[in-house]
Amino acid sequence: MRHTAGTLLVGLAVVAAGIAVAMLRVNPYLYFAGYVILQYVVIATAWNILGGYGGYVNFGTPAFFALGAYTAVVLIQWIRAPLPVLLLAGGLVSALLGLGIGYLTLRLRGVFFSIATLALSIVLQTMIMNWDYVGGSRGLSVLRPSGPPFGNYVVFLFTVMVALAVGAVTVARFIERSWIGRGLSALRDNEEAAECMGVPTLRLKLFATTVSGFLLGVAGAPFPYYVTFVEPNSAFAIDYAVNALAMPMIGGTTSWIGPVIGAVLLGSAQQLATVTISSEMNLFIVGVVLVAFVVLAPEGILGLVRRLRGR
Amino acid sequence: MFSWDLLANAVVAGLLLGGFYAAVSLGISLIFGLLDIANIAQPAFLILGSYAAYVMNEAYGLDPILTGILFTPVFYLLGALVYRVYYGSFERRGEESLRGLVFFFGVLFIIEVSLSLKYGVDYRLVQTGYTGKSIEFGGVGIAFRYLVPCVVGVAMTIALYLFLGRTFYGRAIMAVSQDQGALRLMGADPVQIKTIAFGIGIAAASLSGALLISIAPVIPSTDRDYIGRMFAITVLGGMGSIGGTLVAAVILGVVESLMSTFFGPSWSLAVSFGILLAALAVRPAGLFGR
Amino acid sequence: MNRPRALIGIVVATLVLIAAVGLIPVARAADPIRIGLGMALTGGLSANGKPALLAMQIWKDEINKKGGLLGRPVELIYYDDQTNPATVPGIYTKLLDVDKVDLVVSGYGTNLIAPLMPIAIERKLTVIGVFGLANNEKYKYPNYFQISPTGPDPATSTATGFFELAAKQTPKPQTVAIVGADAEYPQTALVGAREIIKHHGFKTVYDKTYPPSTVDYTPIVRAIKATNPDILFVASYPPDSVGMLRAAHEVGLQPKIMGGGMVGLQFTTIMNSMGSKLNGIVNYDYWVPEKTMMFPGIAEFFKEYQPRATKEGVDTLGYYLPPYAYAAMQILGDAVTTTKGLDQQKIADHIRSHEFSTIVGKVKFGKNGEWAKGRTLMVQYQKVQDGNIEQFRQPGKKPVLYPEELKSGNIIYPYSAALK
Repeated sequence: MRHTAGTLLVGLAVVAAGIAVAMLRVNPYLYFAGYVILQYVVIATAWNILGGYGGYVNFGTPAFFALGAYTAVVLIQWIRAPLPVLLLAGGLVSALLGLGIGYLTLRLRGVFFSIATLALSIVLQTMIMNWDYVGGSRGLSVLRPSGPPFGNYVVFLFTVMVALAVGAVTVARFIERSWIGRGLSALRDNEEAAECMGVPTLRLKLFATTVSGFLLGVAGAPFPYYVTFVEPNSAFAIDYAVNALAMPMIGGTTSWIGPVIGAVLLGSAQQLATVTISSEMNLFIVGVVLVAFVVLAPEGILGLVRRLRGR
Repeated sequence: MFSWDLLANAVVAGLLLGGFYAAVSLGISLIFGLLDIANIAQPAFLILGSYAAYVMNEAYGLDPILTGILFTPVFYLLGALVYRVYYGSFERRGEESLRGLVFFFGVLFIIEVSLSLKYGVDYRLVQTGYTGKSIEFGGVGIAFRYLVPCVVGVAMTIALYLFLGRTFYGRAIMAVSQDQGALRLMGADPVQIKTIAFGIGIAAASLSGALLISIAPVIPSTDRDYIGRMFAITVLGGMGSIGGTLVAAVILGVVESLMSTFFGPSWSLAVSFGILLAALAVRPAGLFGR
Repeated sequence: MNRPRALIGIVVATLVLIAAVGLIPVARAADPIRIGLGMALTGGLSANGKPALLAMQIWKDEINKKGGLLGRPVELIYYDDQTNPATVPGIYTKLLDVDKVDLVVSGYGTNLIAPLMPIAIERKLTVIGVFGLANNEKYKYPNYFQISPTGPDPATSTATGFFELAAKQTPKPQTVAIVGADAEYPQTALVGAREIIKHHGFKTVYDKTYPPSTVDYTPIVRAIKATNPDILFVASYPPDSVGMLRAAHEVGLQPKIMGGGMVGLQFTTIMNSMGSKLNGIVNYDYWVPEKTMMFPGIAEFFKEYQPRATKEGVDTLGYYLPPYAYAAMQILGDAVTTTKGLDQQKIADHIRSHEFSTIVGKVKFGKNGEWAKGRTLMVQYQKVQDGNIEQFRQPGKKPVLYPEELKSGNIIYPYSAALK
């Protein structure tokens, strides 16, 4: 109970700090960069609930993210729904998809599951590309609502993302420390053994895929208002799949803080590279960093820290 | 707009395309299907093969397929090297699956970027003596641009099938995927056997990359279009089944072709992957899984 | 509880580092005029983005040789948008707030201009768009201008000339097939084509789209052939332009007139490798080395561009996008010089109300910031040989058929006659 209260306090403090940063109106570029990095905190955390704790590698991150974004597009087009509704709806629709792939895990394990999520992403993208109402393959410009809090919409989106990141991390931390997390990790180590020991594996998996899907959808829902232009190729970009996998891996998959560290490090490195190197070298460095990290720091930064402290 | 003539043509075009898809997927079928190494970077090696074919064609007017064959030793060595790094960093420590994926994503990016740094981002294509020519059999047209890759793809499948079934190293590779202890008793080193298998898988990309650029223009990021197709075919065919890979490739080719002809090409890719999803849900081990 | 604290320390330290590095403006010369842009230097559109950037750099070098703008040197600050619209908001905010650029131009392509529009409107910037199709239709922002000569109705710009040519032939073609990729430009072009087809009263016998990653175009071409159209309008991106054309030759598809909106056939590498297979295709274009297109300054531009392009490994001939990217900078520079300052509104007012002499001819903007009068060319590939890049530098290989006032050759009709 003490822990929960502590977490709540820390979470509230971070959100308050986020709002304070928003009030300060520091250099606007920081809000843009911050938004993207925080978005990756949510994505990496969400992915890690299923991938890190449960050991099911989801390659279809872009599908969930884009589903959240396109749900928002539909609601904006249809009734110009306010942002909280977009977040909730985006999350719920993606959670439904998550529940669906949860049932897939009944039959598919390991790489087969990963390939299935990849296939799902391609099927979904084709459907969106052929759906004219949301812009089809041409994409759609989205007008932001006028008169946002803090006087600037991106500053507002930034604070929303701070809250979402805190929420996602809190959920992940809760799962990790509860019997659900222990059940998931038993399942990751040996699913048959876990089943025999009476761990309700199917229910746990369904829970993990649904929560993971929900958070990915929530991360995608504000995306239309952030870029103001949504088209399938960038909404379903392979970058989301790679980053969702690479960030927890770099940080460390066993703890909630791992994806956060990974997302902050890799996310900000990418943001920086975009505005400093600005050429093919950008992607090249990402490649080299990925290879170097998984080769040299197999447990991620968490493992590295642990090893250093162990000495 | 249905006609028997169209149907026959669509099926033939699909068969030819399937042969090409088989060529593209064989390497990953070996590496992923038999060795259980999820080499996401395989399509990048494929494009590397395409660029080798392009460069040799530009400089010496060499036929792409000839280049593809000539470069197999180079690709084999490259593959062996990548596997050694992979083995040293992951497999030996017994933590291959997840970290390995990230590793290969990194390799994919590095190859992609190296290519665009060296050769730029323009579309590259190769014109061969047979590009644009076709023959007709009773109303069914066959374009050489697809016939040649199909023949090469089928030949590659047969060669690999025979190699795996009839030779010492081939049997050792089949064994390594099932029982490494027995392999040691045979007096073979599993790591060496896996190095050979991985090398062959990458060498196959040299040839299939050459086939790719003789069919369609290529840029360094073309590899991303093939990640899904390659893995879908391998999984649909059944892990480690070389014959299954050919069958699955042909199924995908024919479905795409029929969709394109009669219903609307827009949906052809989605239908292929829909079939994969359905197949996985019904029979997770694939059509000819072990 | 030390571990989490240490880790949170790492996170905070990184954030501070980003803030520090992210806020250091790019090093600069003594009080220059800074022009900022994001450009596709990697990803799908980079084959055009790189030549466009090169053209802008050439303009910058030339203007600096002449003493700069308003007596100040000009500096270009550019970042790679990776052909990903999601990077655009961040890039332009960095340009405006950290690098403090004085002026901006857009990146290349509709999808990369779209996310720039709200930023431009919010900050009341003057923006010249580089080859965006109908970006301003929704916003109607008065300070946006667009340099490609698609004219007041961008969607129909490709189809107009193509179908007008078709309608003039005798015997008049009756049936039409249209096909295109599931992507931004082709889809817009197809919408325009449908409208124009209705206007001319042609009968549509085939109307389908395909995914851009298609490998085999033979089935599509065969299905088209089965409908036996007189006209085939194709709206495609480079790989599928090549795929469709090759398949058409293999299947023996020979409508009376074919082409329209095939992107990629204008690029040097593709023209060079396709060679004689291009013959007979009637396609849109923006510049070709014909007598009627020799505007003042353009020859000098190519004399500068082509050696540099060869050295940098980008589009060697550079006829498609570079002259227009250069012209966009010319207009911006002209407006700055004439208004004697960097006031966004004054610059926009000047651009809106004046006609400019550029290397792509006289440019006057009209509705939605598009060219007041469209000038999308229709050219036909004629007597092209295989494997000879030099031929494309000469007039006669791609004579202009449309519009009338720039016409430099006659159409060979039907298509099959041009194959001989």
